[in-house]
Amino acid sequence: MDDDPALRPEREATVGSAGGRRRRGEQPMVPPAGFRSYYGLPVLNEPTWHDHDIAGYLFLGGLAGASSILAAAADLTGRPRLARAGKAGALCAVGGSLYALIHDLGRPSRFVNMLRVFKVTSPMSVGTWILSAYGPQAGLAAATAVTGLFPRLGRAASAGAGLTGAAVATYTAALISDTAVPLWHGGHREMPLLFAGSAMSAAGGLGMFAAPVAEAGPARNAALLGTAVEVAAAKAMERRLGPVVAEPLRQGKGRLARLGEGLSVAGALLGATAGRRSRAAAVVAGAALLAGSACTRFGIFHAGVASAGDPRYTVEPQRARLSAERRA
Amino acid sequence: MTADPATESGYADHPKRMGFFTDTSICIGCKACEVACKEWNAVPEDGLAFTGMSYDNTQSLSADTWRHVAFVEQPRPLGHQQHGFGDMDFRWLMASDVCKHCTHAACLDVCPTGSLFRTEFGTVVVQDDVCNGCGYCVPACPYGVIGKRESTGVAAKCTLCYDRLGVGQEPACAKSCPTDSIQFGELDELRERAARRLEQVRAAGVDSARLYGHDPDDGVGGTGAFFLLLDEPEVYGLPPDPVVTTRDLPSMWRQAGIAAAVLLAGIAVATWGSRT
Repeated sequence: MDDDPALRPEREATVGSAGGRRRRGEQPMVPPAGFRSYYGLPVLNEPTWHDHDIAGYLFLGGLAGASSILAAAADLTGRPRLARAGKAGALCAVGGSLYALIHDLGRPSRFVNMLRVFKVTSPMSVGTWILSAYGPQAGLAAATAVTGLFPRLGRAASAGAGLTGAAVATYTAALISDTAVPLWHGGHREMPLLFAGSAMSAAGGLGMFAAPVAEAGPARNAALLGTAVEVAAAKAMERRLGPVVAEPLRQGKGRLARLGEGLSVAGALLGATAGRRSRAAAVVAGAALLAGSACTRFGIFHAGVASAGDPRYTVEPQRARLSAERRA
Repeated sequence: MTADPATESGYADHPKRMGFFTDTSICIGCKACEVACKEWNAVPEDGLAFTGMSYDNTQSLSADTWRHVAFVEQPRPLGHQQHGFGDMDFRWLMASDVCKHCTHAACLDVCPTGSLFRTEFGTVVVQDDVCNGCGYCVPACPYGVIGKRESTGVAAKCTLCYDRLGVGQEPACAKSCPTDSIQFGELDELRERAARRLEQVRAAGVDSARLYGHDPDDGVGGTGAFFLLLDEPEVYGLPPDPVVTTRDLPSMWRQAGIAAAVLLAGIAVATWGSRT
């Protein structure tokens, strides 16, 4: 019957009767199966945080914390102008970050309201207490450094601000990772190191920007080391996230993260070369590092919001996890 | 098996854990639950606009939508339902979605003010006079339930009608449901009822029927509001394998500690290793 000349199998075959080879050839025309959603609406509710407040806070908190550490180290090694720059910068940054937090909350009493409990399951609660321990010490360190009064109290405050500063710079990574946002939660292992590296390079940038070349050696090294840590952590994070979930980092405002990396690398290299001799080069390098750190935080913030706003990034990794469990 | 959340939260002598079983196979999409919820809880309107998306104008759960009936159009027959409709090969799936009142609730875990609390019935409730409006619970919820209300600036979601439960009443949505698609009761009893119903629906030829959120071993320890669905969860806008975000918190704190140590050590090396 198959050789009947009246039968034209190409056109009149019933659905599904075509050979396997032909069907494979047709597949690229059909959208990939597997992903379904409710009219493309997001599964998750998008974060209500404003980028200039919370992404700004992530940057300023990192800058403040790491600057306090750099300032404390500069104190201990007899670099007074680098120390003063770090302490003043840390105070400005923590002031700015407090302003951003309170602006996002709406009114100052809401910040105080956070101190009614202490919860380790809430990085925001822990962070509020860390900030409360850090802020006054950073303020005291800056005030004593600028006025020259109470030098012993100033040394104690600068050491305390340096130690708590490390927590200020890294807890924010736990804060954003402890959400269902696919990009932030998926990157929870690498995010703290990425933030630590970015904070270190920002503090290095501030040191180069504000301190004389002769004293800025630690700042130049911190920028190099911090940028290396940041880039390595970012690469590892993208690998773990996989091509699907990491996609928002390559699209839209998420691309700021890539720009931030570029600025940090350029700033760190310029600082380590021309920045050793020329004050002007050090200022340019410092500005690039500060801008780089800010871009990194804004990029990660926006990419996270984008990953929450598209059901694909929620459904596809969960489906993949389920089918992997089923196979195992 | 996970312990009872009310016991875990420190209630010594408490009523049985209460919850919802929403059987979507008998939902007719009347949205009476949405309206009853708004009326009883005085939830503000969430915008009167045509979305042009489908017959569902509510779209999703939020601070101002505590029950949401999803409408899913599908070009396929539904069990015995196509009888009398000739060669109709088309089905509507309708499902009333609600806060899941998770056994391990991410919103409650991350709340920095203690505004969210576990009730004696094992449910999760926001106290809007304590809430700060920090918005942390919003991205923490793996189901996209809780939202921040624009008019008040604080978080809001389904309370499982905590005020009605206290006086022995069932929640407004369950009370108003004309087909008993929304069933309220003791969670253990509801789970048995759901298992029987699943068998019945499958026997009727709807092979795609499944329970969702009933398993105490899932990523959120099972939910206090679970569902009988006729298709994959994502078709209804639900996540296929949600996980409570705080499950990975120990690892996050450890990594943050390592990162803080790296930061201190890195700057020490940068300073003491510097020749100038």
